Amino acid sequence: MSVQNLPRFRRPYGIFLRIRFLNGLQYRAAALGGLVTQFFWGGLTICLYAAFYRSDAAAFPMTFPQLVNYIWLQQAFLALFFVWQNDNEIFDCISSGQVAYELCRPWDLYGMWFARNAAHRLSSAALRCVPVLLVAALLPAPYGLTAPASWQAFLCGLLSGVLGFLVVVAFVMLLYIATFYTLSPLGLRIAVSALSEFLSGGLIPLPFLPDGVRQVVNLLPFASMQNAPFLIYSGSVTGPAILSTMALQCFWLGILFLVGRLLMRRTLRRVVVQGG
Amino acid sequence: MIQLEHIHKSFRVARRSAGMKAALHSFLHREYTTIHALDDLSFTIGDGEIVGYIGPNGAGKSSTIKVMSGILTPDSGTCRINGRIPWRQRIEHVREIGVVFGQRSQLWWDVPVIDSFSLLQSIYSIPDTLYRQNLEELTQLLHLEELLRTPTRQLSLGQRMRCEIAAALLHSPKILFLDEPTIGLDAVSKLAVRSFIRELNQNKGTTVLLTTHDMQDIEALAQRILLIGRGRLLLDGSLQDLRRRFATGRILTLAYEGGALPQLPGIRVLTQEPGHARLALDTTCTSTADAIKSLSQQLSITDIAVEAPTAEEMVVALYKEYQI
Repeated sequence: MSVQNLPRFRRPYGIFLRIRFLNGLQYRAAALGGLVTQFFWGGLTICLYAAFYRSDAAAFPMTFPQLVNYIWLQQAFLALFFVWQNDNEIFDCISSGQVAYELCRPWDLYGMWFARNAAHRLSSAALRCVPVLLVAALLPAPYGLTAPASWQAFLCGLLSGVLGFLVVVAFVMLLYIATFYTLSPLGLRIAVSALSEFLSGGLIPLPFLPDGVRQVVNLLPFASMQNAPFLIYSGSVTGPAILSTMALQCFWLGILFLVGRLLMRRTLRRVVVQGG
Repeated sequence: MIQLEHIHKSFRVARRSAGMKAALHSFLHREYTTIHALDDLSFTIGDGEIVGYIGPNGAGKSSTIKVMSGILTPDSGTCRINGRIPWRQRIEHVREIGVVFGQRSQLWWDVPVIDSFSLLQSIYSIPDTLYRQNLEELTQLLHLEELLRTPTRQLSLGQRMRCEIAAALLHSPKILFLDEPTIGLDAVSKLAVRSFIRELNQNKGTTVLLTTHDMQDIEALAQRILLIGRGRLLLDGSLQDLRRRFATGRILTLAYEGGALPQLPGIRVLTQEPGHARLALDTTCTSTADAIKSLSQQLSITDIAVEAPTAEEMVVALYKEYQI
């Protein structure tokens, strides 16, 4: 891989994205392993739900095809929407003190790290989503990925997906900032990953949560991650609810972004770079 | 122009004794001690100077570099570098400085050095012509031809350090901070790094501040020395000043054929064997020339060697005097 052959970018963001893509291509075995896991996991989850649905399909908040769409989208875009899908480089650089060099560069650190996390996610998703989507679309009727009900649902799902992805990255930025204080980011990361996976609908889709809990969880920033776009695409959220869902996503994106920037500025003022 | 005035910075450090009990205790109740890393530090460095920044480990050298590169915000005091406050105007400030932390690497580990350089070009938005010109010059002066296409992880320490220094200079900074640039290098690499720094300073007028424990770096490079201990500036002067104050002793080693050693003020006999003696001379009482003259009048000397204290020994004397 050579940066020299790449078109020149005035901003380094583009370069990081390209480097990430090329790096991702280099680790073919890892990409293949990930793919197999996602097919296996997605298939198994669908089988499990199929057994439940056979007993009483009316007892569930989503129709079976909606649920199948949700699960395949989740597997295809795992790298975009799961909080734990991070590149550890930035965590390591903060706890080892390597961040000293990052701070000597004429760039806005928040923007730079945001771009790098986004680049990492986009590049690994780009490599994996196509085969998953393709194969899932070819599967026989109730088990395969189906087209959304309307082109509006598709467009809104896409837009909501972009928002959800940005919410995830803005949230991870808070984890980066916390690393300046805790030094060993592992404990916090494990706790936050587990919690966010559940609250964002990574384990079971949020409509399956019991009344009372569901209404609260739906308002949290985690519901603005994968939950929103997948439900819109699959047709579980329709009509005016689409607009309010996307408005909530914009709200959380704005809040997380502002809080992140503010905290970053405060942190850099009092940060202590570790080591000699 | 670098101006620091009354810079203070203290850190809280969690401390505990060894052992399980102390660990459990500190889990519930942390004890902190405050360390004054920088304690009323003031100095001024003019454009085009090379300044050696010395002091024992933990004296506050790296903290000062971090303050001056905008990484660390002091508790109080002012710092202006070319009119800017590093931690307030960080982005504008870092465009004009180059930094090398000898114990870290700014090169991407897995990719060839030239790729890291290209990335730096886009990070600093260096125009193509300037980049090519700087790269060519640095390659020639630091002998990088063979290294540029090698991944960083496969470079030796000395090779890597040369690349690190080049990386810090691609954007033609006016000021270069070097934090222990020769640490762990072999003699050849040290010489290469030193002569490069000297040429850079002479040809481009780059202001250089380097911290080091190697007094030969200082001897070879620095017209001016700043000595820091426990966060305070203890001494600001040239190597000659230091010599005048701390190198007043000489060791004379004599081989002679006959005669008795004369008694002279300021001379102390260290060892004496027949025909052979080592003398300590205090040049504030008797100059070296006078001592040799009177010695040669009374002894028939066959060989004489005069040793002045090395810079290393002077620094030890200095640290001792300031009790740091």
